[in-house]
Order: sequence, then structure tokens, then C-alpha cells
Amino acid sequence: MADAAWVPGLAAAAPATTNTPRHTAVVRVAHWVTTLCFFALLVSGIEIVISHPRFYWGEAGNSLTPPLFHLPIPASRASVPTGYGYVLPDQNGWSRYLHFQAAWVAVLTGLLYAVFGLFTGHFRKNLFPARADLSRRALSGEIANHLRFKPPGEADAWSYNALQRLTYLFVIFVLFPLVIWTGLAMSPAVASAFPAAVTVFGGQQSARTIHFFVSVGLVLFLLVHIAMVCLAGFRNRMRAMITGRAGGHKEHA
Amino acid sequence: MSNLSRRNLITTALGAAAGASGLAVAARLADRYGLIPPDHGGLYGGGASLTYAAQRLLTRHSLAREFPRSQISKPPFANGKPPQDKAFQRLQAGAFADWRLAVDGMVARPASFSLAQLRSYPSRSQITHLACEEGWSFIAQWTGVPLSHVLNVVGILPQARYVVYFSIEPGWWDSVDMADALHPQTLVTYGMNDGDLPVGHGGPLRLRVPRQLGYKSVKYIIRLTVTDSLKGFGKGLGSSAPEYGYSWYAGI
Repeated sequence: MADAAWVPGLAAAAPATTNTPRHTAVVRVAHWVTTLCFFALLVSGIEIVISHPRFYWGEAGNSLTPPLFHLPIPASRASVPTGYGYVLPDQNGWSRYLHFQAAWVAVLTGLLYAVFGLFTGHFRKNLFPARADLSRRALSGEIANHLRFKPPGEADAWSYNALQRLTYLFVIFVLFPLVIWTGLAMSPAVASAFPAAVTVFGGQQSARTIHFFVSVGLVLFLLVHIAMVCLAGFRNRMRAMITGRAGGHKEHA
Repeated sequence: MSNLSRRNLITTALGAAAGASGLAVAARLADRYGLIPPDHGGLYGGGASLTYAAQRLLTRHSLAREFPRSQISKPPFANGKPPQDKAFQRLQAGAFADWRLAVDGMVARPASFSLAQLRSYPSRSQITHLACEEGWSFIAQWTGVPLSHVLNVVGILPQARYVVYFSIEPGWWDSVDMADALHPQTLVTYGMNDGDLPVGHGGPLRLRVPRQLGYKSVKYIIRLTVTDSLKGFGKGLGSSAPEYGYSWYAGI
């Protein structure tokens, strides 16, 4: 009777016609462009970290100052005391070019998506949870469903549950803006024009450290996101995000 | 259905045409206002150009943050090794008394300055952050003569767009646009933390560009060339950095 805890959200019902896409074209394009950028940013970000896998707090930090923590990996520069007897090949040049190029595409896509989301009511309809779904009872029922790995029902193919909505909102409105902001705060030119954007974090090295942790948070989100897509039915969910078609009845194997 | 797709097609085509012509106009305008970096070609040129244009529009006159003395890093981290070539070692043996900075190119009065001459000009001291593209950083006090003063002494011609600067180390050179060249914090630096600029930090002479990453602050500089085009220098990418895969503009 876990279903008793399920309070349908506003958009829980499948639309009347099958022509209505599960995800609008803008959402689908933004999703896949962001996916591409995310992997480019991740790979290049890892390469950049390898050149100095030490993290600091405050404005300044280098090989002569004690780190807040360090990653137990070798570095691509001989000047970093890692404890390893060898140095990895330096890949920072193209990594930095790619990191900023992908960041531009991701930010522009994100802006387009945000404007679209505001003006079409996408955020209001599809992402803001219904008040009823936020009650302690509803949320704990939702969490219990997840913990029991209860497979999603018909309605879930057409709408997000409250936990999904809260998670997506957190990623879109907290993690993404924070990772962009801390990234910009590392730029000496941006710091010169907007010093408060740096000092609010406690300094440029603090911003770098926060940038690292937010990135780790985004990677964790990605892993859970992929795991949930697999649990919910990889083919159906992928089709919904690629072609827009959803609805499980025929396709359920 | 076919009506809908035709309308979609027309809208898409119009949108694409508008987008393409908009981009072309933007590119022409950007070039005219000096918003296109010399390494704009190639796979990553789009991102590099967007960064340069955006930061030039937002930060043309901004001042790098300056810090109180209490925040000076002790000891400052000296990256890299001093030059190994004979010319540098000979100059070092003579306590850099014979070090010269030549200034040529699009200037009214080409000149060659001794360290003593540079020290006789009005100096500026500033405590700024030096961040390396690798991720580490330190804060130090830098003392020198503003590059703008040196450029005033030689008299730059109106068509000047870039200042190219060369290290005594062969193959190490870079350039800045006039926004950075004439910026009050861009220093021909000879002092650090109340002493002479140590060799490990680029002494006797280093160009400090505090609004860009450390690699733009080329060490051991011996020559400045004022120019209207970077095409004739190296591979035409504005600096030796892009030839090693690093972007010319390093404000980020």
C-alpha cells in the first residue's frame, strides 16, 4: 500500500493526445548539448586539476604553503610535491581551451533554457513541486519508494515526482550557478572588475576549492541520474529525451 | 501536419539566416573594436574569442585587486629555472649592470634603457596576486615603472595596437593589447617585496600583467616592440604560448 503515500502532482496525468512530447524540443536540445559540454568540462577539468592536485583556502596557495587537502595522485608538473617519483604528461593547454569553450556553450545553452523555462512555464509546470507533494508524509513516502527501489508507474513516464523536481531544481538553480560563479571568480580579469564576487568566497583559492567540490557534486548527480534512468527503463527514458515520445504501455517489454 | 512542418522549416531557415548574418556583423564589429584575439583560428578559437571579447568589454579599465602587506606570501614561490644560456650568466656575473631594455617598432624615438634609467622614472609599487594557470598562486609586492610611462618616453604612433615583449630566453615572447599595455598596473618590474626582483621571479626585469595569469608576465625581458599587427611575430598567434597550446589572452 505504498501507493497511499503517492499524491499526484499537477502534471501527473498523461496528455490526451500522443502528439504532445514528453519533453519539448528546447529541453531535449538543451539536455544533450549540456551533456556534451559536461563531459568536455569534466575531462578537461580533471586534466587541469592534475597539474596541481592541491587545494587551499583563502586568496593564495602554492607548493610552499600547506594545503587544505591534496588528492593522492601524481601531478603533471615537477614543481608539485606529490610523493610520486614521476610526472605525468602536461595536457593543460588544450584542456584550458576546451574547458572555457565548453563552458561558453554550456552557459549560453543554460541561459536560453532559463529564459525558455521562465516564459513557457516549464519551471512552474514541470519542476516546481506541488505544495501537497512537499508535505512530510508525501516526501517520506517518496523517499521510502526510492529506498525500496519501487519501479516507477505510468504517471512517472509523464511527470517528475517531488524528489526528482527538488533535485533538478537544486542542480539547475544552485549547483550550476555556483560552479559558473566559482569558475569566474578564479579569473584575474573578472576578479579585477568584480572583486566582491571573489571575496564572498574568502579568496581565489577558496573559489577554486569550492569549484572542485561543486564539480564533485555534479558528477555524483550525474551518476545517480544515469542509475535512475537505467532503473526506470533506459530505452523509454532515452527515447523520451531524444524524440520526445513517451508513454510506456506499448513499449513495456 | 505538412503545414506545420513547412512553417517549421521556414521559421528554422529564417532563424538560421538571421543568426548567420548576425554572427557575421558581430564578427566585423568585434574586429573593428579590437575584440578578436590573434589565436582566434582553429578548433578553440570560438571560445577564446568569446572570452577575450567579453572580458575586454567588462574589464577594460578595471584595476587588479591590491592587498595589504600582511597578505604577502612568505616565502613567494619561484617557478621554473633561471636561464641557462651564457648571455644571461655573463650579465648576472656583472650584477646586471649591462642589462638593457630595447624599445622599437611603431614608436617615434626608439630607445634602449639601462636598469638605472628605468629606476630613475616614477615608480609604482603594488601588492597583487599572481595566479598560475596550473592553479597555484602567491601574493607579492611588485615595484617598477608603468609600461605606459616607458611608452610615453618613446612616443607610440597612433596606429599601435599591441606591445610585443621578448625574454632573453630564446623563443619566449608574448604580447598585450593597448588596454593592458597602457593599464596603470602593467609594470616593467625590477623590485619585489622591498628588494631587487630575484632571478627566480624574473629578475632583473619582468613585465607584470596582473590582470592576466602568470604566464603573461614574461621573465628576463630585453626588448619591447610596438606594432599594429601580430602577423609577423612567430606563427602570428600573438605569443609563444599558443604555439605550445596555451591561449594568447590569459585573463582567465
